[in-house]
Amino acid sequence: MYWKYPAILILIMAAPLFSAAGEFDFRGEISAEMRIFPKDVQFPDQDNYHFDPSVKIEPEFIYELDSGNDRFTFIPFFRYDLEDDNRTHFDIRELNWIHFGSNWTFLVGNDIVFWGVAESRHLVDIINQIDFVEDIDNEDKLGQPMVFFSYEMEKYGAAEFYFMPYFRKRTFPSADARLRGPLPISEDPEYESDLDEFHPDFAFRWFSTINELDIGLSFFYGTSREPIFLTETRDNGSQFFRPFYQIINQVGLDAQWTRDAWLLKLETIGRGGQGSYFFATVFGFEYTFFQVFNSNADLGILSEYLYDGRDENLEFAPPTFFDNDVFAGLRYTLNDIEDTEFLAGLTTDTKTGEMLGFIEASRRFGENWVAEIETRLFLNSDGEQDIFEGFKDDSFINISIGRYF
Amino acid sequence: MKSINILTAILILVLFAVPLMAQTPEEQGKAVAVEAKKRDTGWNDNKSVSKMVLRNKQGQESVRVLRQNNFEINDPGLGDKSVVVFEEPRDIQGTALLSHTKILDPDDQWLYLPALKRVKRISSKNKSGPFVGSEFAYEDLLAQEVEKYDYKFLREEKCGELECFVVESYPLYKNSGYTKLNVWWDKDEYRVQKIDFYDRKDSLLKTLNYSGYQQYNNKFWRADKLSMINHQTGKSTDIIIDDWKFGTGQNENEFTPARLKRAK
Repeated sequence: MYWKYPAILILIMAAPLFSAAGEFDFRGEISAEMRIFPKDVQFPDQDNYHFDPSVKIEPEFIYELDSGNDRFTFIPFFRYDLEDDNRTHFDIRELNWIHFGSNWTFLVGNDIVFWGVAESRHLVDIINQIDFVEDIDNEDKLGQPMVFFSYEMEKYGAAEFYFMPYFRKRTFPSADARLRGPLPISEDPEYESDLDEFHPDFAFRWFSTINELDIGLSFFYGTSREPIFLTETRDNGSQFFRPFYQIINQVGLDAQWTRDAWLLKLETIGRGGQGSYFFATVFGFEYTFFQVFNSNADLGILSEYLYDGRDENLEFAPPTFFDNDVFAGLRYTLNDIEDTEFLAGLTTDTKTGEMLGFIEASRRFGENWVAEIETRLFLNSDGEQDIFEGFKDDSFINISIGRYF
Repeated sequence: MKSINILTAILILVLFAVPLMAQTPEEQGKAVAVEAKKRDTGWNDNKSVSKMVLRNKQGQESVRVLRQNNFEINDPGLGDKSVVVFEEPRDIQGTALLSHTKILDPDDQWLYLPALKRVKRISSKNKSGPFVGSEFAYEDLLAQEVEKYDYKFLREEKCGELECFVVESYPLYKNSGYTKLNVWWDKDEYRVQKIDFYDRKDSLLKTLNYSGYQQYNNKFWRADKLSMINHQTGKSTDIIIDDWKFGTGQNENEFTPARLKRAK
């Protein structure tokens, strides 16, 4: 189990907590949510539930020493889900010690990292594994054990080095749950490396700001966060997918040009290790109309084009929806006391017409409560070649109420 | 001897008083702004914790707590750098805004979203929208820089206990939400006591009052309380500053996107 590895780390990190006086901070979130699936399930071996309630708790413990130059962070996460056993899960999002030098930063422990600029797909973002049972938008991630060092230059940006000694496998819904796809997914994956999840992974990123341009260059070598799925058959004749994690190398470029009310965005990767070497890209813009309709509200329009040239043979490369797609979205921010926000988007495959849509709305009420409605829509996915054919009856609405403390 | 002294006196008067009298209201107004800036130069860096109390017309309150770190840039062509980190409301705790301010161009700004651990470069074209739902626009919170405005000296008048210069300032930033600001500077210490903001239609929009001035490091004056009233909506926002700390030894590297993502 994942429990074994951080035991030593906890001891190392806990030691200074008892030996000096610092500043302690406790905060976090507890929330209740209801997922509503309007359609009946697609496959006979799935439970035909329409309502899936769950609760989540994510407290944060932060302890600072030496006026903030040393910081210890512990962020455990737990969700209890009534319908999907795999969605009832625990994770250590963060458990780390960070030290800030005058122009360098050192971190050891579990951390979460985000790279990139695009909205429709997080292409260059590769450090953390996806917590897929949390949501399908790839924005919930599992804590990644790492040793991190960054050197911050006065004029030439920052250079970051990551060493990742342990791999986190992706979370997937249970065999009888919604959103599992066409076949149940095994919880016992296989690896290309003989070291399995202990293959040492490395990453490097440099990023900088040059006037209106923010640019990042990255390199990754190690276990692919996306698996391919091997179809296997049990003794009783039933089939299932076994995730298989390959060793890959990936270069990435992300850039944003910001001027006036325009944001121009680009992400590109080149990846080897999953069939023939391939390139993928996402580029587009976001334009904001400020204080529209004689109000304080801002309206943003977003559009992006996506291309992915990976091997179409699923025995070599993981499946992707984003092979040749167009994304369009709207962001509406009221700028009111309650921070009311709407975001909606639709990604359309230019070849098959398959669509992936989302609508998100959130608003604070009272001092510490937030209500959120999110929908994820699989549209036009009836064709056998459609990536989300096995998800077509799992479009859902998610209503959540969170209390922050 | 006496007559020479009188002549000298007259000469001195002529030499010094004539240029003073010849000063146009524009020059006179700018001179006040220059003197105010001069007295508030050299603070290097500071930190403060503020509480914002937002009130609607019915008097309902909503509170924000934020920490602000500032770093002074001494190049007159550039503005200062700052990081604002929110502590309350709790759902946006850890959200942080990094600004590299400019004099007449849009600032460089990055927003850190802790839920995604994401740093986003954002458009800062619009400085006149509400800052976190308050009656303060982002441009109201920026440091006073001489070159951001044209000036016109209006008059001297009493402002509470003090005597004030009243100067009209015209924003040069083309996307400013204001046509002009009337600024009251006290004659003793050149501290801003009050500002009237006029909207794009040139009608009175808001009034900002400064109170509870205290001196730090024997030089720099900072108000404890900023009260903004919107005359057109009846809404108001107070900023109460708990704790100013000067000379905190921050370095410029703490005001970069790389460090912003470590905000908490």
